[in-house]
Formats: sequence, C-alpha cells, structure tokens
Amino acid sequence: METLSTLIGIAITYAIVNNVVLSQFLGICPFLGVSKKTETAAGMGGAVIFVITIASFITGVIYKYILANEALLNMGIDLTYLKTIVFILVIAALVQFVEMFLKKSIPALYKSLGVYLPLITTNCAVLGVALNAITYEYNLLETVVYGLATAVGFFIAIVLMAGIREKIEYNDIPKPFQGTAIVLVTAALMSIAFMGFSGM
Amino acid sequence: MNKYTERLYNGIIKENPTFVLMLGMCPTLAVTSSAINGLGMGLSTTVVLIFSNLIISLFRKRIPNSVRIPAFIVIVASLVTIVEFLMKAYFQSLSDALGVYIPLIVVNCIILGRAESYASKNGPIKSAFDGIGMGLGFTIGLTLIGLIREILGAGTVFDMPLLKDLGYTPIAIFTRAPGAFLVLAFLVAGMNIVRKKMEAKGKPLAKPSGCISGDCANCSSHCENSTAENK
Repeated sequence: METLSTLIGIAITYAIVNNVVLSQFLGICPFLGVSKKTETAAGMGGAVIFVITIASFITGVIYKYILANEALLNMGIDLTYLKTIVFILVIAALVQFVEMFLKKSIPALYKSLGVYLPLITTNCAVLGVALNAITYEYNLLETVVYGLATAVGFFIAIVLMAGIREKIEYNDIPKPFQGTAIVLVTAALMSIAFMGFSGM
Repeated sequence: MNKYTERLYNGIIKENPTFVLMLGMCPTLAVTSSAINGLGMGLSTTVVLIFSNLIISLFRKRIPNSVRIPAFIVIVASLVTIVEFLMKAYFQSLSDALGVYIPLIVVNCIILGRAESYASKNGPIKSAFDGIGMGLGFTIGLTLIGLIREILGAGTVFDMPLLKDLGYTPIAIFTRAPGAFLVLAFLVAGMNIVRKKMEAKGKPLAKPSGCISGDCANCSSHCENSTAENK
C-alpha cells in the first residue's frame, strides 16, 4: 500500500501543488502562445499529456536499461552523462513517430491534436520531466505517474488561463498592458492562488 | 564600426534577446530569483551559444539541409553537457541553484534560433561574435531582472544587504514564482511603450519573435520545415 500512497502523493504534488507552469516555469511558451481559446488550449493540453506520458516512460526505460545499465556500470562503463543528448533526440524522434502513428491509425485524434504535436518538441516541460525524474530517483512506475501528473498540471493551468483570457478580451486594459503583459499579470495572480495549495 | 563590433552591438542593444526579441522566457522567469543566479545562467548560456555558433558555422557546408536540426541539437546538447559538468565541478552552489535549467539550455530558443538564422549562413568568426553579443545581451537581461527581483523581494544587491540596512522591508513574493510573472509583465508593458516611441521616431525596434509574441511556432517552425522536407 505504501507504493500506492507514494504514487498518489506524486500525482497530487505535481498536478496541483508544484504546478509545472505556475511554479516551475516549464512550458511557458505554449502557455502564453496557445491559450487564446479554451478549445485550442484543451487540444494543446491533451497533446502534452499524451506526449509527456509516453516520453517519460520511454526515457525512463532508456535510462534504466541502457544508460544506467547495471552490467555496464559493473564493467566500469558509465553512460549516464549522455542523458541530455539522448533524451532530446528521443523526444524529438518520438514526437515525429507519434504524429505519423496518429495520422495513420487514429485520424480522429490526429485531427484534434495534430497541429500541436510539432510545437511540443521545443516544449521544455518534456525534457524537464525526463531529467527531473532521474534527479528525484523515481522508479519506472513513479516516473510515468510523475510525467502524467505534470502534464495534467499543465492541462489545468493552460485551460484555466484560456478561460480567463476569453473574459479579459472584453475588459478595458491600459494600452501598454494589452496582449502578453496582461496575460503575465494574470499568470502571476494564478500563481499566487496555486501557492495557496502548498500552504503559504 | 567594423563587422565584429557591429555583431556585439546588435546582440546587446539592437536585438537584445531578453528585452527586444523576448526569447528564452523559461529561464528568464525561472532563474532570476537573484542577480547572481541570473548572471550565472546568462554566462553559461553565453558559453554554449559562442561554441555552438562557432562549431555550427564551421560545419555549415558539411551538414545536409534535411538533417540540420537534429545535427544542431546534438552539437548544442554536447556543449550543454560539458558546461553542466564544468559547473558541477567548479561552481557547485550555483549549479545546485540552477538545477534542471542548466540541461534545459538545449531547448532554449535563442541557441537554435541563432544557429538557424545566423551561424548556418555566416563565417565562423562572425558567428562566434554573434554568439558573444547575443549571449551578453541575454546575460545583461537576466542579471537586470534578477537584480530588480532581488532588491524588491529580499532587499539585497548581489547578496549584500544594502537596502535591508536602510530599514526596507522586503516584499518576499518577488523572489517567489508570482514575482517572476509580475516583473516580466511590467517589463513587457514598458517595452510596449518604448516600442511605440521608437516607431514614432521612425526607428522601429525589431519585433519580438519568441513565445511572447504569441507565436509559439516561430521557434519550432524550423523543425516543422525539416519534417516537411523529410516526408
């Protein structure tokens, strides 16, 4: 049962308390860029959940069984220093594969997520999750849950932001603050609200 | 002004990555809780940028066009790994403070952006100077934002308690996450005013080209292009 409570702990911590966008500043680009409409924000969020979950599993497997392989480590070969290079290439390739796979096999899903997939390669949240999971010394299951929770946190943040932005559009905003500036002020207020979860 | 100092001027003032182009917003928000952290992040990015520009420029005629993005990424990732280990060896505390944002230099828009738009088209020395200029511009931007947040949020300047001694009560929120968003919001608003004034004078600034312009695809559009060529 201990493992289950650990997993639930990880899930809640990274989906809500330590929100990936609002407290760790990963994935700021899509958060600012693709949050004009709730629908597109949800699409982006969905694509991120999909990719981060798969990516955290695959990078976890690669790290555990290839880079930090015990047989290799016992022979004195330590490949863990390659993690940044390997992970970024794996993620870039993975996004392409996911795109091709969805296009062929699940056209309906591709239609709703397809446009956002190429944008995810440069989303630092994906690489950040893969690297953090190693720093936190998670096992494979924990890594996947961590990835999923982080992505759900991203989904929550971007959809909330899009909802607020749709309302903001009709407000009277001082000229210099129109556009990105007011979005950042909103993000600051959201971030304060999310800090409440960690008990200020 | 010769072509090398022109590159420095271009990076530090005319196309400053933080204030004018608004690139690399993730590290800008994340590591500027103090001026020292901002400076450290800026300088490590500068080192990566100089060498990535230099190496990519040297290999620009050898790298086939269709695989250039993966090739650039491998070069940048190798350099980032080297910088990461150097920081761990010589600047332990800074490396701990910056944490995952050091390896995340790989996905910094500025680096791939400069590789794609400058280093892959120009000679190695010019590209290296472009890297120095852009890197220093980024460093200045991060240090200034870090300084503002540190003064407001902790009452210190480069860890020296100057304002605290004067009886200033720090507003702690500025060193936390919301402060980062808030400072950047005012920065963007301020730049909007400057932009307007410069336009009125007939000397328009370069357009912001990163995520801040709401144009996320700008950074990865290059990747999309290469995908299209592969198909």
